[in-house]
Amino acid sequence: MGVGFTTLFGKEVLRFWKVSFQTLLAPLISTLLYLVVFSQVLGQRVSVYPGVSYAAFLVPGLVMMAMLQNAFANSSSSLVQSKVSGSLVFVLLAPLSVIEFFSAYVLAAMLRGLLVGFVVLVTAGFFFPPQIHSLLWILVFCFLATGLSGALGVLAGVWAEKFDQMAAWQNFLILPLTFLSGAFYSLHSLPPLWHFISRFNPFFYAIDGFRYGFIGASDVSPWESLLIVGSTCLALSWATLALLRSGWRVRP
Amino acid sequence: MFSQERSLPAVEIRAVQKSYGALQALRGVDLTIEQGEFFALLGPNGAGKTTLISILAGLARADAGTLKVMGHEVVQDYRAARRALGVVPQELVFDPFFSVRETLRIQSGYFGLRHNDDWIDEILENLHLTDKAEVNMRTLSGGMKRRVLIGQALVHRPPVIVLDEPTAGVDVELRQTLWKFIRQLNGAGHTILLTTHYLEEAEALCQRVAVLHKGQLVACERISELLLGRQAATLEEAFMGLIRDVET
Ligand SMILES: Nc1ncnc2c1ncn2[C@@H]1O[C@H](COP(=O)(O)OP(=O)(O)OP(=O)(O)O)[C@@H](O)[C@H]1O
Ligand SMILES: [Mg+2]
Repeated sequence: MGVGFTTLFGKEVLRFWKVSFQTLLAPLISTLLYLVVFSQVLGQRVSVYPGVSYAAFLVPGLVMMAMLQNAFANSSSSLVQSKVSGSLVFVLLAPLSVIEFFSAYVLAAMLRGLLVGFVVLVTAGFFFPPQIHSLLWILVFCFLATGLSGALGVLAGVWAEKFDQMAAWQNFLILPLTFLSGAFYSLHSLPPLWHFISRFNPFFYAIDGFRYGFIGASDVSPWESLLIVGSTCLALSWATLALLRSGWRVRP
Repeated sequence: MFSQERSLPAVEIRAVQKSYGALQALRGVDLTIEQGEFFALLGPNGAGKTTLISILAGLARADAGTLKVMGHEVVQDYRAARRALGVVPQELVFDPFFSVRETLRIQSGYFGLRHNDDWIDEILENLHLTDKAEVNMRTLSGGMKRRVLIGQALVHRPPVIVLDEPTAGVDVELRQTLWKFIRQLNGAGHTILLTTHYLEEAEALCQRVAVLHKGQLVACERISELLLGRQAATLEEAFMGLIRDVET
């Protein structure tokens, strides 16, 4: 990993930083709106785990949801934009390896996801001071989940050739996966069919494990979540690297 | 400059084929360009010029055949091949997030060059862009964007420079300064591969030309020999006659 890689990574960071109004502030506001609405409406009625307030349950879920969505949005929209405008050629003409290309986009996506998560957590902390059960689990799931979502964004960006194709990924994959991930509720409160389906959603494990780091309670063991999020992240990265190596849709 | 590898061709293209679905864009193209040449690749719209350049630059993959830049195969040895090549794309593309200087710095960085400002300043001056250095790309006129594209291709001082219709939409004055700059680079040892539809430009600048027609090379020789062989007074006349002959 040389100067070429750091330049591409830096360019990707600069890109979202220059429009931080959209890329950092907008997600903060929408997440806080969810927090206000759901904690007000459900706060009095719902208790998920004994001894844990609904807000303490909800905040980590919303933070992870924001991280997942923003990491995905960063790598996918950057790639599609530069494909549509044609400016991806400047990267493609450069002597960058497939691994450098992939890592630069994923790491910038992770950084955006982590920044959004951090800002949301700190802001929400003014209203609902978080408890921290295990910082290590929190960090592990932060990095793995944003990595997973950033890699998925690269895959989507490699595949999509137009903005509406990217919107389809957002609306038919990312949005359902993040909403049906147990951010707002415990899996145990779901009917059996939905419970079963959610078990195939890697974002569910990312949220469950992340939340365990805060409240020390979870639907499944954090080790199981680690295994599933980690292996999905690896499998997805491997598949995306293979596609990039083949030149599919990028070097047609 | 680059004299230690003088024997090596700058560009070596062997039996390159490329299809888009049923359309055969390139049907077995062979072409060798020596170091230091100022070479024109001509052909009507859709002949396959941009396709050939894209494959040479690694932007697209050939279905068959091999391509080398300064002896480096463009797929296996892509790092060395891309370092040796500077490409000015035909399409006016730019990244709207950055200023002219940022654009050139980022492009330098992609090629592993961190401190390149002296050369960047020289490029800006030669392309008459010095007063636009801090301006956002979005606000430049079309001709100015084209100049930045040329600058981007030169940041890493590539021994081989490919210009795909660099003067489309460029005013007369800039055309003059641009050719002066490119001639200067050619004089310093850079190999130049040019495509253009302005045949008088090619005639004034280049020693050798190749003519592509529907994915096949129909001529590749010195301009003087082509004119002599076709008993033509100008390259345009020779070109028109050649295309007429291959189409009948
Ligand atoms: N991505 C693509 N998909 C399908 N067909 C393509 C693609 N790129 C080029 N072609 C076709 O390949 C042929 C060669 O195109 P190319 O752009 O190489 O021509 P050219 O010689 O550069 O023409 P011009 O002088 O107009 O720039 C054309 O028929 C074109 O329609
Ligand atoms: Mg062309």
